[in-house]
Amino acid sequence: AASDGPYGLGREALPEEIAAWNHEVMPDGTGLPEGAGSVEEGEMLFSEKCAVCHGDFAEGVGNWPPLAGGEDTLADKDPVKTVGSYWPYLSTAWDYVHRSMPYGNAQTLSDDEVYAIVAYILYSNYLVEYDFTLTKDNFLDVEMPNADGFIVDDREETEFPTFTQEPCMSDCKDEVEITMRAAVLDVTPEEESEGEDQASAEQAQEAAAGEGAA
Amino acid sequence: MTASDKGTKASRRAFLKGALAAGGTVAGAGAARASGDPLITETQPWAQYLGEGVDATPYGMPIRFEDDVVRRNVEWLTADTISSINFTPIHALDGTITPQGCAFERHHSGAIELRKQDYRLMINGLVDQPLVFTYDDLERFPREQHVYFCECAANTGMEWAGAQLNGAQFTHGMIHNMEYTGVPLRTLLEEAGVQTEGKWVFVEGADASSNGRSIPMDKALDDVLVAFKANGEALRKEHGYPVRLVVPGWEGNMWVKWLRRVEVTDGPVESREETSKYTDTLADGTSRKWTWEMDAKSVVTSPSPQSPIKHGPGPLVITGLAWSGRGAITQVDVSIDGGKNWQTARLAAPGQDKALARFYLDIEWDGSEMLLQSRAHDSTGYVQPTKDALREIRGENSIYHNNGIQTWWVNSDGEAENVEVS
Repeated sequence: AASDGPYGLGREALPEEIAAWNHEVMPDGTGLPEGAGSVEEGEMLFSEKCAVCHGDFAEGVGNWPPLAGGEDTLADKDPVKTVGSYWPYLSTAWDYVHRSMPYGNAQTLSDDEVYAIVAYILYSNYLVEYDFTLTKDNFLDVEMPNADGFIVDDREETEFPTFTQEPCMSDCKDEVEITMRAAVLDVTPEEESEGEDQASAEQAQEAAAGEGAA
Repeated sequence: MTASDKGTKASRRAFLKGALAAGGTVAGAGAARASGDPLITETQPWAQYLGEGVDATPYGMPIRFEDDVVRRNVEWLTADTISSINFTPIHALDGTITPQGCAFERHHSGAIELRKQDYRLMINGLVDQPLVFTYDDLERFPREQHVYFCECAANTGMEWAGAQLNGAQFTHGMIHNMEYTGVPLRTLLEEAGVQTEGKWVFVEGADASSNGRSIPMDKALDDVLVAFKANGEALRKEHGYPVRLVVPGWEGNMWVKWLRRVEVTDGPVESREETSKYTDTLADGTSRKWTWEMDAKSVVTSPSPQSPIKHGPGPLVITGLAWSGRGAITQVDVSIDGGKNWQTARLAAPGQDKALARFYLDIEWDGSEMLLQSRAHDSTGYVQPTKDALREIRGENSIYHNNGIQTWWVNSDGEAENVEVS
């Protein structure tokens, strides 16, 4: 059937179509399917499907995200943000793993497998014991350490009044000193010893084009 | 590249360096020899032989001499190039419209290929009638056109702790500005009939990452576009072909590409992209969430580290971009002495709502070093803050939403460097 809307365009979405695409899980658990998975099952699955990037203990490999650790580091110079140290809701972990992981082979995990993997991530963060089984029914019982760590955007109160003041136009300060230089850090790509970004970029392009032709 | 091209390039570089070292201006039409400039006095091949026919290039690329005006990747920023970012060459562009072919990309599971025939858009949740649209359906709704900037929330994010990357492309290039054609999201929601409990929409893409985000209903019914054309043509694959969301003024992450579903909900989903990511940690360890608007911001695109002054002292065009997610740009100030004194620049055209504005300041450069800065004002009265002013409120770990004033140190040779000043 066409829509009843003003333009009569589109057709009714069928229940099985909505079920196929409508997967998200809300913080209150809305959207969670029936199912269960233990830490032990999760450990096996994690080692098979996740550990190559996220490490055996969910600690992360190389530049890939750590999922565990970092507790009490959020006010540090270099905070370590993981499911345990940072994420406010467990629903997000379930939803995201279910929908978008493993990276490169998403939407291949069964509901029970997702419960098990999430249970293992909780265990890796010392938030549950090894004999724990995560289910739809006990899902909201898990306490997330940083659940209260978020505030709604408050720029309107904390910044806007300061940054809407009439700015200084002349003689605004006596001294200006250079306090930091990007060239000292030297992490910009495609720089050459002669220090000409432009020329080196042209050469890199041409080299790439040459390889493509060959 | 041929050997003779290489020779030309090398000698041109040597010549530029020599001219600058001698303190002279670079030779151009002005440097006539006694016998006259051979580019004028001798017949050149392009004045004698024929150029290409009109069938040579059904869809053209820029001329090869511009092949440095390209997107660039910074490898160390991310674990791989699939869930990653590249940068628009804003240092080399002018005006405000970003050519789509070099407009930045940000994917979380790569740029997918989705045919119009395979495209479906679902509206479900708290609606009277859940609907499925085909691409052809979308083209039958009344359309609108608008120019808006899309700025990644992380643009300039690497600069929170200090000057890192040496070039406007890298410090400010997670941005593009296009003219979009599409259907207001409001129109599609009205077609389905939003129920009174529907306070939010959850939007997601067709790719593996899905990039799901929650948007409050007020915004969804205001100016959000379901867009299928950009700068006159279909969206590029990497920009969401065939359909993306355009969320004017708000952080780029919410501009969901390959849009496949809009669900009306009674609350926010608190998805991964609005909890783990796109939340801004403050100095005390608490974090702001739902920091949707992109505040007023600007950058001098030339001179800049990738766009040094090569012509020596004399007339100099200082130019750059300014934008605000909360309204239109009304004024841009430029300082050449690190913020001691400011001059109001000239806007190339009146600022448009939530779109890039181009500014110019034409000066007579005396060849002495400069600390170049720009400062944007928007229609709400907001004036772009310094990085220090932002850090005073937020600390250094916000990752996102760094709209602090940028400084380029231009030395007497005309070369520029990304620096911070007191």
